[in-house]
Amino acid sequence: MYLLSGVTKTYKKGRERVPALRGVDLVIENGEWLASQGPTGHGKSTLLQILGALDRPTSGSVAFNGQDLAAISESRATKVRATSIGFIFQTFNLIPTLSAQENVEAALVPLRIHSGERRSRAAASLTQVGLGDRLRHLPSELSGGQQQRVAIARALVKEPTVLLADEPTGNLDEGTRDEIIMLLEKLWRELGLTLVLVTHDSTVARRAQRTGLMEDGRLSVDGARAPMT
Amino acid sequence: MFFTYLGRELRRRMRQASFIALGLAVGIGLVITVTAASSGLKNAQGTVLHSLYGVGTDITVTKAPSRGSGGPFGFRVQGQGGSSASRRKAGTKFSRSVLVAGSLGAITSSSVTQIAATKDVAAAAGALSATDLTVSGKIPTSSGSGGAPGGGGGFGGGGPTSIKTNTFGVLGVDVAVGRVGPLSSDKIASGKTFTPAEANSDVALVGANYARQHKLAVGSDVTVAGTRFTVIGTVAEPQGGTTTDVYIPLARAQSLAGMKNQVNTIYVAAASAADISAVQQSIKNELPKATVTTSSDLASQVTGSLASASSLASSLGKWLAIAVLAAAFAVASLLTMSAVSRRVREFGTLKALGWRSRRVIGQVMGETLAMGLVGGIVGVALGYAGAALVSGLVGPLSATVGQNTGSASPGGSQAFGPPGGGAFGRLSDAAKTISVHLTAPVTASAILLAVLLAIAGGLVAGTFGGWRAARLRPAAALAQVR
Repeated sequence: MYLLSGVTKTYKKGRERVPALRGVDLVIENGEWLASQGPTGHGKSTLLQILGALDRPTSGSVAFNGQDLAAISESRATKVRATSIGFIFQTFNLIPTLSAQENVEAALVPLRIHSGERRSRAAASLTQVGLGDRLRHLPSELSGGQQQRVAIARALVKEPTVLLADEPTGNLDEGTRDEIIMLLEKLWRELGLTLVLVTHDSTVARRAQRTGLMEDGRLSVDGARAPMT
Repeated sequence: MFFTYLGRELRRRMRQASFIALGLAVGIGLVITVTAASSGLKNAQGTVLHSLYGVGTDITVTKAPSRGSGGPFGFRVQGQGGSSASRRKAGTKFSRSVLVAGSLGAITSSSVTQIAATKDVAAAAGALSATDLTVSGKIPTSSGSGGAPGGGGGFGGGGPTSIKTNTFGVLGVDVAVGRVGPLSSDKIASGKTFTPAEANSDVALVGANYARQHKLAVGSDVTVAGTRFTVIGTVAEPQGGTTTDVYIPLARAQSLAGMKNQVNTIYVAAASAADISAVQQSIKNELPKATVTTSSDLASQVTGSLASASSLASSLGKWLAIAVLAAAFAVASLLTMSAVSRRVREFGTLKALGWRSRRVIGQVMGETLAMGLVGGIVGVALGYAGAALVSGLVGPLSATVGQNTGSASPGGSQAFGPPGGGAFGRLSDAAKTISVHLTAPVTASAILLAVLLAIAGGLVAGTFGGWRAARLRPAAALAQVR
């Protein structure tokens, strides 16, 4: 699924050059669950953004399903994000003026799906995450856990092959954290997704098949992949 | 999704959206009001000009009086009258009525024919503008300066109440050519107008005001230069203008004034507005000594509150409207950019979901266009209200045209009708002042302009905001959350 070779990312802050990634090599198999752990500011989210074609590396290659995400055009990258990659963010990032159903529908807009089908698929996706009775609620009318469920539904409604989650439980309490992680695990198993999850929480990271540790822009991944149970 | 998102977002930013729409509305409303006022002022000026020399007249031809004729006011006394006053004894009563031409020079009637045959001339008509002067009283007892034979003075001596004068304006009109000349814009209030068969008849039209003052009606008699004329109709006052007191056939006026085959004004209608300049030049070539005046020449000499208002509307009014509109566009653009900056995470998320930049820009521009259209609708309403205020609150405006000191300066008032005023004021050819009520019509073109401005305002604001949104890189936008 993913083959990263010598990926570096350097940011400019005034005259200073800040290396976020220093030569990352990584292979992620189809259907694998990889958790990336590490202190804040060491490149975990940067790696996730490069995997999701949200950003480009300064050097190196990012092979994904036969194409190099580092070299493709912006329009192609947009298409990849629209069809193949689902995102979940720490702060949920729901559109505040749209209802739960409409937020999920927003992910289907780039696919030019008829509005009727959009609505029904969005409703089904929300039902799948246990929010079938909250379709018309605005984000402000939902709890944190419910908002993250909407975000998960939005990420999955387009049936992506990859789900990228950036600290999905970072803003949630312990109980809700467990709920969300269990939901993600359930969906990962049922849908056969490739799941890459960034977290600073060891409890969450331990549930993944494989764990990588990001330190100072370098990734070390434990070689063994835990079997899917 | 597009309209749902658009409507929800505008509702969320209702206060800001209303502010932007209101700003655009004020700018657009001001543009409409100024446009309507300018249009109304142009109409008023047209009314003034038309009332002076008639609808359909594009050019007037006059001539300066020749040296030595008449007194300082071009006063000539010729033709009929009683015996010389110097042969009468002091204290004897006398009354003398003459028709005197104004201070305009004479033009031969053949010039009218010549001009009518000129290329691109649709019609030409001659007229004789004159004053009926009746002097009566007793011969003064002191020697004084005596009477100047045929002259305009000679009334020295005696008491101030011994001599009375009475004047009224007379215009000899060519009854065969009705569509050009001052009578062409006047409407017959009662009776009928002249027919070509009455070219040599003692028939007259009287102005409605003059008829009211002197209790004249169809069938009444009016005396011009001692000759009795039968009133066949009365002429209504054109809007904002004044009529001549008495109209008689040109041939009769020429005879009474002793100016056979002569006129002192020629009214010319060009074949089209585009031909006016060329016709003016042709006439100047044919009559080098004549003064050839077009409507635009006359318009440039209009003074008074109408002219001031026109100048104010076209200069200050126009630039004020443009300044307010530019400020509204700038505020709308800045507020839109500010709103986009606050929605960086939102747009970054949409891009992460696979929304193309142009889709995001389209959303921003849709929001600003909606605000612009609302502003345009409110602006049209404000414009109507402003125009109504202008029409309702602005009092009658005055337009004064020319003032003649004895020479036929272009656009001199006597070129367009008999002099007004009483007594010798008439002979001094005082400037002609016309009162006109201002209306401010909101035309379809003004509304179309408002719609275009509204759309332009929305597009300008949306372009700035969209540019800001387009430059967002999803990762950078999402990173701003942290």
